Amino acid sequence: MMDKYTKLQLVGIYAAVTVFLIFILLPFFEMFMASLRPLEHLFRSPYQFWSDDFSFQAYSDMWETVPLLGRYIFNSVFIATAVTLLTMIFVVPAAYAYARLDFPFKNGSLAIFLGVNMFTGAVLLIPLYRVLRSIGLLNTYWAMIIPGVAFLIPTGIWLLRSYLEKIPRELEEAAFVDGASRLYTLRRVVLPLATPGLIVVGTAVFIGAYAQQFLFAITFNQQRELQPLPAGLFEFIGYQDVTWNQMMAAALTGILPVMVIFLFLQKYLVAGLTAGAVKE
Amino acid sequence: MTEMTQSLPQGVAKPKTKTLSEAVFAWLLIGPAMLFIAVIVAWPLAETIRLSFMEAGLGGEEYVGLANYQDLVESRKFRDTIVRTFYWMFLSVALKLVLGLIGATLLNAAVPGRGLFRVLVMPPWIIPMAIGMIGWLWLYNGYFGVLSGTMMTLGITDGPFEFLAYKQSAFYSAVVADVWVGTPMVTLFFLAAMQGVSRDLYEAAWVDGAGRWYRFRRITIPQIMPVIVSMSLLSAIFTFNSFEIIWILTEGGPRGATTTLIVDTYKTAIGNFKFGEGSARAVIIVILLGVFSLLYLNVLKFVNRKYGTK
Repeated sequence: MMDKYTKLQLVGIYAAVTVFLIFILLPFFEMFMASLRPLEHLFRSPYQFWSDDFSFQAYSDMWETVPLLGRYIFNSVFIATAVTLLTMIFVVPAAYAYARLDFPFKNGSLAIFLGVNMFTGAVLLIPLYRVLRSIGLLNTYWAMIIPGVAFLIPTGIWLLRSYLEKIPRELEEAAFVDGASRLYTLRRVVLPLATPGLIVVGTAVFIGAYAQQFLFAITFNQQRELQPLPAGLFEFIGYQDVTWNQMMAAALTGILPVMVIFLFLQKYLVAGLTAGAVKE
Repeated sequence: MTEMTQSLPQGVAKPKTKTLSEAVFAWLLIGPAMLFIAVIVAWPLAETIRLSFMEAGLGGEEYVGLANYQDLVESRKFRDTIVRTFYWMFLSVALKLVLGLIGATLLNAAVPGRGLFRVLVMPPWIIPMAIGMIGWLWLYNGYFGVLSGTMMTLGITDGPFEFLAYKQSAFYSAVVADVWVGTPMVTLFFLAAMQGVSRDLYEAAWVDGAGRWYRFRRITIPQIMPVIVSMSLLSAIFTFNSFEIIWILTEGGPRGATTTLIVDTYKTAIGNFKFGEGSARAVIIVILLGVFSLLYLNVLKFVNRKYGTK
């Protein structure tokens, strides 16, 4: 049939996939290998691909070198969770309006939301810094949560809107015929039906919130105890020496939360995130 | 209002209780999100524009008119930065698109294991960039990175090669790291688009004896063209704005070799507290991105018309 490959073609495809995946996964593999090597052997010359004394020591030592490491991981998860909850509170009603209602300035306002994606935080950092300073939120969790929410609202609306559009209208119309109000219909008919979509969009927002913390953290927060992991990791670069192996171990530990969530939901996530790419 | 209701298709049921009109209800739903964006994005944007006409620091501010802009226009260094930024963007986006197309085609091939490949492609997209960059810092290290190690073993270089220490190599190393971050998203969007192409088209072509390459060129590419164009716009914006990658790898160095507009802005404003001069740079970024996006949206319209989607 059409999809059949010759042996040679199969070998070619797998070889190409392997090369592609090596490029994608090499940094992770290197981080893992580095985390296993004792510090003094990192500097061995000539370069060695394999050490005979790999150990998981760094994974226990890292908690002592950077005593706040646990706190950093907690902060990361906490900030990302708060950002996700807040974002969804703003996103759900707005996405429903764009998916279902007709109103003046609909396309224009959607364009404004999506236009926000054009500015990363870096462009707006200066006034944001001053705003946060003048209302006294600098060096608090809020300094990292509020900008995070603003930059995830557009993506959230976009993703959830395309999901809501796929829910058949008939159910809502039936509720209207029975005399239900708009708000009641939204709460009791649409939201329950949209639960899978809410989970996918919520997860996507969480992953985004977990990923974007670095810039806001290094700019708006000087308080060590509040620092999220991506910023806190740089503490392994000390005055005396850099405990590279522990830094790598901590980095890998830090991506564990998102990787676990991702592995569980990856099938739905990929479909949800790329929904806009497929013609309806 | 009456016009609106008339323009709606006939037979759509509406709520019977006429407490809220559709438009008011819609704006009540959108209002909070709009307000939030207005305070956190629109207002700071306006403030950035205002500040760009000021000499502003930690102390106070003073109106200086166009002086900040004039300094930039006259500065050779700044012109170099703009050229570098566009070179950075075009190079990186081109690589992402080519790799994304190759990757998506591979993942789209009906071979066993492709579900697993798809999962393995994603990590750079979903993990914090700052953490991915720690991995690249390591890879690029001359003494213990595997890249330099391999080069030494193969005899390409005599001693350790520090990728981030020389102007040229630092720039291209940063590009590679940026491509690494951006490729998964491009790949997966292309893959989703490819899977949305009707099989009938391929089968018809196959029956007519068209080979794989022909089908790829004549069916796949035109069919996913709108996605290719919109992904290139998205990646271009991301790449133009890409800050963390460069900041962590090189902080814009060595000797400015990796300083793009966004890094320059950050250094000026946050690093040196020159808020006015930084704002002028930020405004230029916004203008450049705006012009660029408008151009692109027109291309997208043209492509959509040509390839017959809406």
